[in-house]
This record gives sequence, structure tokens and C-alpha cells, in this order.
Amino acid sequence: MDLVTLGQLLNTTLVFSTALIFAALGGIFSERSGVVNIGLEGLMMFGAFAAAVGGHYAQDAGMGAWAPWVGVLCAMAVGVIGSLIHAVASITFKADQTISGTVINFLAAGSTLYMVKLFFDGAGESPLIDGFKKFSVPVLSKIPVIGEGIFNSYPTTYLAIILVIVIYFVLFKTPFGLRLRAVGEHPSAADTLGVNVKRMRYIGVMLSGLLAGIGGATITLTTTGTFAHNTISGQGFIAIAAMIFGKWNPLGAFGAAVFFGFSQAIRNYVQLFEWSKSIPQEFIFMIPYVLTIIVLVSAVGRSSAPKALGEPYDPGKR
Amino acid sequence: MSAAAPVVELKQITKRFPGIVANDSISLTLKKGEIHALLGENGAGKSTLMNIVFGLYQPDEGSIEIDGKPVIIDSPNKAIELGIGMVHQHFKLVEPFTVTENIVLGMEPKKGLKIDYKSAAEQVRKLSEQYGLQVDPNARIHDISVGMQQRVEIMKTLYRGADILIFDEPTAVLTPQEITELMAIMKRLVAEGKSIILITHKLKEIMQISDRVTIIRRGKVIDTVETSGTNPNELAEKMVGRGVTFKVDKQVPHVGDSVLKLTNVNSKSKDGVPVLNGLSFEVKAGEILGIAGVDGNGQSELIQAITGLRKIDSGSIKVSGQEIANLSPRKISELNVSHIPEDRHKHGLVLDFTVSENMVLETYYMSPYNQGGFLKMDVIDRHAEDLIKQFDVRTPSIETKARSLSGGNQQKAIIAREIDKNPILLIAAQPTRGLDVGAIEFVQKQLIAQRDQGKAVLLISFELDEIMNVSDRIAVIYEGQIVGEVFPQDTNDQELGLMMAGSLKRGGNAGA
Amino acid sequence: MHRLKKIFATDSYVVPLVAILLGFLVGAVVMLIGGYDPIAAYSALFKRVFGSPYDFGEAIREMTPLMFTGLAVAFAFRSGMFNIGADGQVLIGMTAATLVGIKLAGLPMFLLVPLAVIAAGLAGGLWAGIAGYLKAKRGINEVITTIMLNWIALYLSNYIVRNFLLLKGQNRSEDIPASLSMTFLNGVFDNARVHWGTAIAICAAIFFYVYLWKTKQGYEMRAVGLNPNAAEYAGMNVGRNVVKAMFISGAFAGLAGAGEVLGVFHYQSVFAASPGYGFNGIAVALLGLTHPLGVILAAILYGMLTYGAAGMSFGADVPPELIRIVIGSIIFFIAAQGIVRWVLKPFYLKRKKEKVS
Repeated sequence: MDLVTLGQLLNTTLVFSTALIFAALGGIFSERSGVVNIGLEGLMMFGAFAAAVGGHYAQDAGMGAWAPWVGVLCAMAVGVIGSLIHAVASITFKADQTISGTVINFLAAGSTLYMVKLFFDGAGESPLIDGFKKFSVPVLSKIPVIGEGIFNSYPTTYLAIILVIVIYFVLFKTPFGLRLRAVGEHPSAADTLGVNVKRMRYIGVMLSGLLAGIGGATITLTTTGTFAHNTISGQGFIAIAAMIFGKWNPLGAFGAAVFFGFSQAIRNYVQLFEWSKSIPQEFIFMIPYVLTIIVLVSAVGRSSAPKALGEPYDPGKR
Repeated sequence: MSAAAPVVELKQITKRFPGIVANDSISLTLKKGEIHALLGENGAGKSTLMNIVFGLYQPDEGSIEIDGKPVIIDSPNKAIELGIGMVHQHFKLVEPFTVTENIVLGMEPKKGLKIDYKSAAEQVRKLSEQYGLQVDPNARIHDISVGMQQRVEIMKTLYRGADILIFDEPTAVLTPQEITELMAIMKRLVAEGKSIILITHKLKEIMQISDRVTIIRRGKVIDTVETSGTNPNELAEKMVGRGVTFKVDKQVPHVGDSVLKLTNVNSKSKDGVPVLNGLSFEVKAGEILGIAGVDGNGQSELIQAITGLRKIDSGSIKVSGQEIANLSPRKISELNVSHIPEDRHKHGLVLDFTVSENMVLETYYMSPYNQGGFLKMDVIDRHAEDLIKQFDVRTPSIETKARSLSGGNQQKAIIAREIDKNPILLIAAQPTRGLDVGAIEFVQKQLIAQRDQGKAVLLISFELDEIMNVSDRIAVIYEGQIVGEVFPQDTNDQELGLMMAGSLKRGGNAGA
Repeated sequence: MHRLKKIFATDSYVVPLVAILLGFLVGAVVMLIGGYDPIAAYSALFKRVFGSPYDFGEAIREMTPLMFTGLAVAFAFRSGMFNIGADGQVLIGMTAATLVGIKLAGLPMFLLVPLAVIAAGLAGGLWAGIAGYLKAKRGINEVITTIMLNWIALYLSNYIVRNFLLLKGQNRSEDIPASLSMTFLNGVFDNARVHWGTAIAICAAIFFYVYLWKTKQGYEMRAVGLNPNAAEYAGMNVGRNVVKAMFISGAFAGLAGAGEVLGVFHYQSVFAASPGYGFNGIAVALLGLTHPLGVILAAILYGMLTYGAAGMSFGADVPPELIRIVIGSIIFFIAAQGIVRWVLKPFYLKRKKEKVS
């Protein structure tokens, strides 16, 4: 493998990772506040759909290079709305969080396709749009390998990397982060100190909708250019795995997301090697999922999960 | 003093829950600089009342005045604003956070967008010095002792400028020495102008530290008296509603052969920390051995080792001469070892099973309950009917879910099940925790009855009074070791306390 | 029987019924917003299901895998686990049935068919058992492992079909000689693809009930599901029960796979993506309140809705995806029972008042 290919591999890795990073960061907000979010998949679907539709209409309106950003804004809005369903059910009405997350996945799968058919005269997918263009950072993109690999990426990739750092800061250095984590660890401790547990959890879940929405948007706006039933196929679940690998820490989740992105990207490159021909392609496709299980077996388990994760908060219970 | 308005005045507070009046027209005044004890049994309505003062519940009727002004306390935030702080019985501390983080949570000093941890730690240090609390601001909660954790709880209220402090059963988890220190802290707080409500059911503490006592029973105020003008017997009678004997009636024990014998038992936690550390003792037929100790010194691990729930690394555990170390819980149970677990909700019952189903939790697979893999529901039901009659378990029916029974009746159900196995060894861990006086009497009588029938009884309790009253012999556990073995008649609280704190060793194998 | 009566004497069935009504209502509102006629759509849906013997038979065919996967998810739920991997277990079951059905084709039918069915159940069970084992031994959350196992199952079954069973030049296996079809009913249902899987599913539901509530092992499993700590204290082997429960759950799902390949398609496709039986099973299990009888009823409803959805799109031009919104809403209302009780409150109040006056 020469250096150019290596640069391309790195670049493709980041393309695949970006959506996972956003969604995993979203998952962290929700789960750090104590709400299991298995609905990331559905929230990404909402985001991908909204970005495709919003991007399409913005492009038609002649917004040019701004059109994909309109798509991102739409994805954020629709992601938040979708996550509100989860929040209302699991926080206000104390529904089982896993079930209400599953509901999100169902509703997203049904409603996005329903709306695509509604908006585009029964078509199975949204019209193709231009999406984002890669942006070369001056000077830096001239560095060998890394220049090609990192500094010649989609704007969303830069945004994702910046957000990892911002969210780390927010979680561990600010009052908001301290309160959010306290609510996920010991809600009644936070409550008796005047921290509004329900509000913090609503914020956590809504931020997860917002970020998973952007995550979904990056897939339509950088990879597929359109939204169809298979645009998001399991990415949300992999984002959950990335979050758990990363021990609910933005930096860890970033690392895990890049790892998953890499194992998806490698599929396209491994075929450059002669020896890979002898391995059935199905086994290459399996790699990320088998690796996930292996890593889980050898590492974390559930020990570093927020303590109150999955428990509805009931102030009457002591 | 008397001219000023009381700092807190509760006027005819009534709070109803479905099916029960938790507080029935309760009135109470707290004067400035006073330590006012609130005495009552479990379930008398103390906690409900204090949760109303702290804004967690809203009263259905009645009003609250602070410094003579009527107020409505609709949230903990409002309570904090009014200068009310609560030191909870079950500490409300975020374990992975530092002391400082726990204290400033919700009122963090800021520098730009960031929390200003430097000035926060500085404030915590100052408070700690002012009240002589000796708390390290940067320690993590899971690394500090229970007594220290309680001081963090106190500092949380002081940091918020509380003038009225509510202590909810603050001594339940402390050693006698730590209790003495807590009393000193409370006196210092009062000297600095704070006022304190002390919720407790321990008469000794009330006599020691309080200025006045309000006794409530079944949600009603029975009386408010000056502490100097009363005595423990009078208080107890008012609390329970009838005369109470503190001494448990029991005959001289007829001690027989060794039933349970532990020799040099060692076990480590997951992180490699020794939790049982060369532990040895013996329980004989016909005696009750009480294990005294502060929570977290290896009591739970000890029980787990005997019942097969924890692997031991070395040493021997024998029941009637047979080695049982590292056998499965079922094998040990089949050797006629019964176990009343310390956490009845978590370990003793399947709350969503019916009473009937719970009664065969350990025996369902045996004849006559199981025939060829199928359960004989009629036999199981009849068995349950017998037991609830025999042990007076109050339940609407045997088909009722265990969840909807009262704490006392849940415990009775467990005791019925365990005693019905006709054990040679009965392990009772915290068997009276959270029960009212009637149920406590019942449980203790059952333990003594078992011992009188020649069973060996191992009693583990954090309540020194219980250990002193019920046991025939006492072993003190400290950091996974037995540090003393004494007879209740020739020791006292002070001596036990010193042993529980690890600063005195006496008798048994302690010297070896 | 006594207990059954009690279930219906309480209001435990009111919540799901109201949830179903609310779900349809949400669907109607969504259709109105989209400019469709909900009444026409719903009647087209039911006309499709009950319109002809063929369609009715096909609706039954649609319900059958849902019964199995619903039972699978419900059984795991009763034992304290969330089996989100029924999808993969179905695929593995399918593959096992296809493999046996084709490779052992020399055997007489009365041996071959049961063998293929048993292989499907076993394979599905073992596949789910992996997740159970990892949970029991390493404490790894079964939600994550079963999701991962779904993907692995998809690729593994494709690999097996493509390399060992492929019909030349096609993206599917050879035809399977073993068959579960109820050909004697061809006249009644106008050649609809009804098969013995439906009968097996109902037997599975009966097994579910008897095993869980009448046997020693079922008692253990329920205890472990409701309170693993107390079960351990009482001397039960929690880990073994977890593995066993996942095995039985996966076996139900595997049988669904057998029904599909042996009874419906008579061959196995190479799937581009997961066919989604398992995710529908989650919906069915929740809708059926994880009780076997409830699951069968829920599968009937769900099967009717999904089969009828196609009629809706012909008859009223409504995208069939709408039905997923209806189903998602129904589960939402069942999960968040508080909402339903809130909706019902005025009725209860009224009833009380009437009693007083």
C-alpha cells in the first residue's frame, strides 16, 4: 500500500467515522443524564431524511453551497423533535427507556419513508442533491498522507472533531456538565441540591436528538446524496457501541468511532491486496461486528456506565 | 430569646397518601439555637414531615412559618433559599465525584464558562476549618469513611448558608466514637447560631443532646417535652403507646456442640483488597452469637462466604464438622443452613411473586412441591396458608404480590420460610432493620425461640442495643477480622465501640 | 382458568385496547395531514385481509413468523432480557433448515422435515445462546451483543447460501425438497401459502405458558427474570438460567425461519439487508404484554395490519409505511401507560360519579 492510498484510506475512514462521532456524542449526552438511548438509529434516520429534504428544497431555491447547511439545520430540528417523543415517554411518563427508544426506531422508519413518498409523488427515495464539497485547509493539506487524509475533508468532519473537544469541555469543566453527570449518577442527590432532574434529562435527550440528527445528515450530505430506506442501516447501533467502548467519554467515543469508520473503510481497500481474494467478502463485512464483541468481552462491560442509567427518577422513592 | 419568633413553626400539617394519613395535624416549633428531637417509630411520619419542610412533599393542610413569616416551600430550592438544610439518612452523594464537586453541585462558583474549582476548594476548606470538620476537599467520596461522608453532607447545607439543619437518623451508620464526634459537631453548630431538628428513634441520643423532644405516633403529635424533665422510659412509652421493657426475656442458654466453625478465612474483593482477613469464630448449638461492627467491615462478605455466595481464598468453614467453603449456595442450604438476608427487597423476596411463590423460593424443586418437573401449585398454596397462619403474616391472600405487604410482614414471611426449613444454623443479618417496635419484638423472640430449641443462631447487626440484648456472646468485626469476643454481661457500649473502631482488642483469637 | 379469568377481570386489557385505538387515531391524523382519506384507507386495509380466501390465507402466512418472533422476544423479556436479536436468530434458523433440507434430501420426508425444523430451532437457540453466555459469564449487555450478532448472522447465512447452496446464476439457494406447506388446504385458501408453521407457533405459545408457569424450571426462570439477586441467594444458578432462557427464546425465532423457507418460499435468498422479522417481533411482544396468549393475538393484529397495508396503498393510495407509524404509536402508548391512563381519566371519573349518584 503506497502513501497516497494510505492517505485515501485515512480520508475514507474519517468520512465513515463522522456520522458515528456525532451520534455517539449524542448518545453520551443522553446516557450521562441517565436515559438509555437505543433510538439513536431512528434519530439518525430522522436527521438523514430532514437533511435530504431540506437540502433538496434549499438547492431548488438556489441557495447553492449554503443548501447543505440548510439540510443540517433541518436535521437538527427534526432530530430534536424525534427525541422529544423518547423524552416524554421515558422521563415524564416513566416508560421503559429501552422500549421507548425502540419506538423511536419504529416511528422513524415508518414516518420518514411515508413523508418521502408524500413529498416526492410516491418515489422510494428523495431526489439526489449535491451535498457538501470537501474543503482543503490551506498549507496543512499539503502535508503528505495527513494532508490528504485529514485536511482535505468535508466540513462536517471538521465540525465533528471540534465538537468532540467542545463537548469534553462542557461535560467535565462546566456547571452544566457537572449537573448532567450528577443527574445520571445520583438523581436524588442532584434533586435535593435544587438541580431540576427532569429538565436536565430532557436537555440530555434533546441534545442526543440534535447530534444524532446531524450524524444522519452527514450521511446524506456527504455519502449517499439521497434518502432511502437503507440510508441508515445500523449506524445508530454502531454509534451506541462506540459510546460504550469509549466509556461514555467524548474522547473515547471519538477513538471508537474512528475505529469503526476504519473497519468500514478497509473493506474498499483490502481488495487491493492479492491475499484478500482468498477471504470471502462476507467475512470481511463481519469484521467490525465481531471485533465489537471481542472488545466487549476483553474490556469494559458495564462497570463505567452512569449509575442511574435506565432508571426513571421518582422523587417519592428513597 | 423567648421574645423572638421561632425559626420554624409548623401549624397543623396534614399529609395524606392513598390509604394512609402520614401526618395528622402536626404542629411543632423550633426555637433559635435549639436542638429539637423528633422521636417516633419507623413509619410514624417523621420523614414525611421533614420532607414537607424540605419541599419534597406538599402538605394537604396546614401552614409553615419561618422567622414568623408564612412561607410556601414547594421545592428543595425554596427550602435552601429559606436557609433550611437537610442531612439525609441515606447520604445523597455522587460517589465518583470529589468532596468539593459534591458540595458545590448546583451552586458552582464560575470563572468564565468554567467551574472555578480552585476557589470552590478554598471555600470548602474554610468551612471545614470553621466547624472543625477536617474534610479533604479533593478526596473522592468512595475513598472516604462513612463518618467523613456524613460531614460532607453537613457541609453541603452549610455551603448553602443553612441556618436550620435537619438531621435524619444521623447515627444509624456510625460507631459510638463517631457518634460522640457528631454530637460535638452539632453542639458547635448550635453555638454558631444554627438551629437543629434531630430525627431519631434512639432515646439515648435524645437524652444526651436535645433541648426538647416532640414525640409522634401514627402521624399524630403525642407530646412535646423539655428533655431535662423527662426520662427514657417515659419517652419510650409515649413513642410506642404502651409500656416497653428494654430487656429481652430469655433463659440461660444451653450450649451444645459446635455447629459453625470458621478458621482463618481469607477473601479478597474484585480489586484485590482483602475483605475477610484471617477471620475465625465459632457458633455452638443453643447459642446466639452476635457480630457487632460498623457497616462495611466485612459483615456482608462474611455472610456471603458462609452461604456460598462468595468464594474464599483460604481457610475453612465447617457446618457440623463438614467443610462447606466454596460449595454452591444450594448445597449449603441443603445442609439445613437458613439465612435471613440483610436486604429483604433485594435478596430475600421476589417482590413480584405472590406470597405463596415466595414461600418456596428455596424448596420449590423438592418434593412435595415438585413432581416430575411440574410444580404442585395446590401443595405450595397449602404450605403458604399454613405458614402465614403460624407466623401471623398479615396479607390479604396468598395470591397477593409480596411487593404490597408492609415491611414487617415481608420480614415475617422471610422468617417463616427460613424457620420452616428447620435449620441447624440460622443466619440473621440486620433482621430488624426498618421495622417498628412490635415487629422488632416478634423477630427477636423468634431468634431466641430458635436458640432455645437448640439451633445455632448467628446474628449480624449494626444496632449495638440489639447485639447487647439478644446475643449470648458477642464477636466484634473490624476490617474483616474478629478483634474481640466478649459476653454481653461483662462489657459495655464504650468498650464495644473502641473495638468496633479497631483501637482495642480483647478475648477470643484477637490476640493471636 | 381461574387465573385467566382474573386477567380479564382487571383492567389490564383496557390499556392495550385503548393504545390500539389511539394508534389508529394517530395514523388517521397523519393521513389527514398527508391529504389522504383515513376511512377509505382503513377499510381498504380490512377489505384486503378479508376480501378473498387467498388473501386471508396469505394474512395467516404473514402472522406466523410474527407469532414466533413475538414469543421469542416475550420469553426473553420474562426472564429479564431484551432479545433485540431475533432477526439474526431467524436468519440462522432459516439457514439451518435450508442446509438440512437440501443436503439431507435423500432421507424420507417424515424424517427430513422434522429434522430440518429441529435444526432451525437448535441453530436459532444456540445463536441466541451466545448472547446469553456472554451476559452470564462476562456481564455483557445482551442488547449490544444481539445487535452485533444480527449483522454477523446476515453475512454468515449469505456466505453459506452463496458457497454451499447456491442455484447457479441466481441470488438464492436451490429449491428445498423438504416442505411444511399445507397443500391439502389449497382448495380452501385458493393456493395461499399456508403452512404447518402456524400450528407449530401455537404449540410454541402453549409450551411457553406451561413451561413458564407450571414447571420447576419456569419458576426458576421467572424468579431470575424478576430478581436475579434473590434467585441467587435462594440457590438458583442465575447464569445457567440466563443462557437457557436465551436458548429457548432463540429457538422460537429459529422456528420462524424454518416456517419461512420450508413453508413459504421453498428456497433461501441472499439478503442485502436484514429481513426485519425480529424487529417486528419486538413490537408484537410488547403489544401482547409479553404473555403468550397476548402475543398470539398481537401477531394476528400485526399480521393483518402489515398484510392489509398493501391493500391500503392500492385502494387509497396511502404509502404502506403508514402502518409502521400506527404500530410505533401503539407501542408508544403501551410503554407510556401514563398517557393512556391520562386519556382515560375522564371516563373513570364519570364512571365513579355515576356509581355515586
